[in-house]
Amino acid sequence: MFQPHADRIAKPLLAAAALVCAAVLVLIIAVIISGAWPALISQDLVVFITDASWYPLEGQFGMLSMLLASLLVMMIAILLAAPMGIICAIFIAYIAPVRVQKIYRFAIALLAGMPSVVLGLWGLTVLVPLVNKWSPPGLSLLLAGIVLAVMILPTVALTSLAAFKSLPIALQQAASALGVRQHVQILKVFIPAASAAILSGMLLAMARALGETMVVLMVAGNVVQFPSGLMEPVRTLTANIALEMAYATDQHRAALFVSGLLLTAMVLVMMSFAARIKGHNDYG
Amino acid sequence: MKLTLSFICLMCLSGLTQADNRLNLTGSSTVAPVVMEIAKRFESVNPGVRVDVQTGGSTRGVVDSRTGMADIGMVSRALKTNESDLTAHTIARDGVSIIVHGSNDIMELSEAEIIAIYIGKITNWSEVGGEDRRITVVNKADGRATLELFLAHFSLKNSQIKAQAVIGDNQQGIKTVSGNPGAIGYVSIGAAEYEQSVGTSIKLLPMNGVAANMQTLANGEFPISRPLNLVTKSLTPLSQQFIEFAQSPAVADLIKAQYFVPASR
Repeated sequence: MFQPHADRIAKPLLAAAALVCAAVLVLIIAVIISGAWPALISQDLVVFITDASWYPLEGQFGMLSMLLASLLVMMIAILLAAPMGIICAIFIAYIAPVRVQKIYRFAIALLAGMPSVVLGLWGLTVLVPLVNKWSPPGLSLLLAGIVLAVMILPTVALTSLAAFKSLPIALQQAASALGVRQHVQILKVFIPAASAAILSGMLLAMARALGETMVVLMVAGNVVQFPSGLMEPVRTLTANIALEMAYATDQHRAALFVSGLLLTAMVLVMMSFAARIKGHNDYG
Repeated sequence: MKLTLSFICLMCLSGLTQADNRLNLTGSSTVAPVVMEIAKRFESVNPGVRVDVQTGGSTRGVVDSRTGMADIGMVSRALKTNESDLTAHTIARDGVSIIVHGSNDIMELSEAEIIAIYIGKITNWSEVGGEDRRITVVNKADGRATLELFLAHFSLKNSQIKAQAVIGDNQQGIKTVSGNPGAIGYVSIGAAEYEQSVGTSIKLLPMNGVAANMQTLANGEFPISRPLNLVTKSLTPLSQQFIEFAQSPAVADLIKAQYFVPASR
């Protein structure tokens, strides 16, 4: 008798709370669209792709090079972080003694909490001068990818670890009972079984890398160009917004909102993929 | 009911007096931060006065003061000839200095050399008498006031510049140059002078033989500089009071804190 009554009160309260969460997203997207509106109605939309480069004060709004730079930096980061993160998770889940497990877990959690501006500062003051010695200016696509890899490594490691930990114990028991050796168990049983959850963790990490601003702003060099090599400076969409928004007016400002819209769309697509994969996972 | 009515009347009255003691400023995002600080101090020494500061660029400062949308406009350049209906009150000067890494043995660059470096015609320090090292050109992001001043002085367009690094604020520019022996950049003189004084490895290059420092900027000798102006179409007593306050020694510390030099008068 009491329980249904409590439910009646709790239901609308919870629904209202959930509505607020959802409304925030809608509100943010509405604000971005309204900010981008002046550019969306007054420009032919293809100019954002076809203009040769980005000189907003001279009427050039080409974003393709920055879009490519964003994607390249993200790909480098995940290519470096994924193997390391997954290996890290395997070590903690199956190989390390309990004590070492705890220390490693703590260290990864600590790295996850590292403010990205600190990582960026480390990149700018330590890595850039180092790379600069053999390939000036040092500020580059590759370096941005490396520092971002450090940033998203804990995300990959922790989500992979959670994926391994959530595998049913029966899986390991069955494999052991069949006399399968440990490294074969890991490669042929655990990794395939956890792969969907690992992949969705990787997508989360990629979305984070795509949206990251401070690190790339500090180490990527921010030159708008199609990079001809890994050591060339690039500007990502996020860095572009951070660099110019404070001083932008009129069409320039609206064009920055357009790039914000583009970024939001890309991150939402990735997040929905992550959610879909996770939904299909048998064990996750 | 009576109480409510009188309360509403009171609100109206206070609203009226508020309107009389309210000052609106709009314009340049370079001038706005320092004016906000000045406004805070102005409010604290004149209780009851409200100063509202909004940014939007020098052009907005001109337009708003002309149409009366703002009592005072903020403009980070000298007024143009077609803006002679407005009066400019200079509160400070801002200057831009070319900086290189502290270990660079270049002592001076001519204007032609600086242009050649920035448009990518000269790419090695040995071509201007330095050691054999690739030049890293550091440019500013679109919309920054220092970029406008630099481009205007050298008659360049931003799309002509071939940069290897683009930065936002002065601090980032100084960090980028001090971390790269081959770098050349340009930043606000005050910020560069301060960083140099605390041991950051940068060197301020003279322009046309004039050393880059706060003295040459203050006495108007340094070539790459501009006035930071408050502009008005007509002066109300309150705006006059505010402008006089902004030009007085009482706010010199606030102006210096933003790396500008107070206008000499």
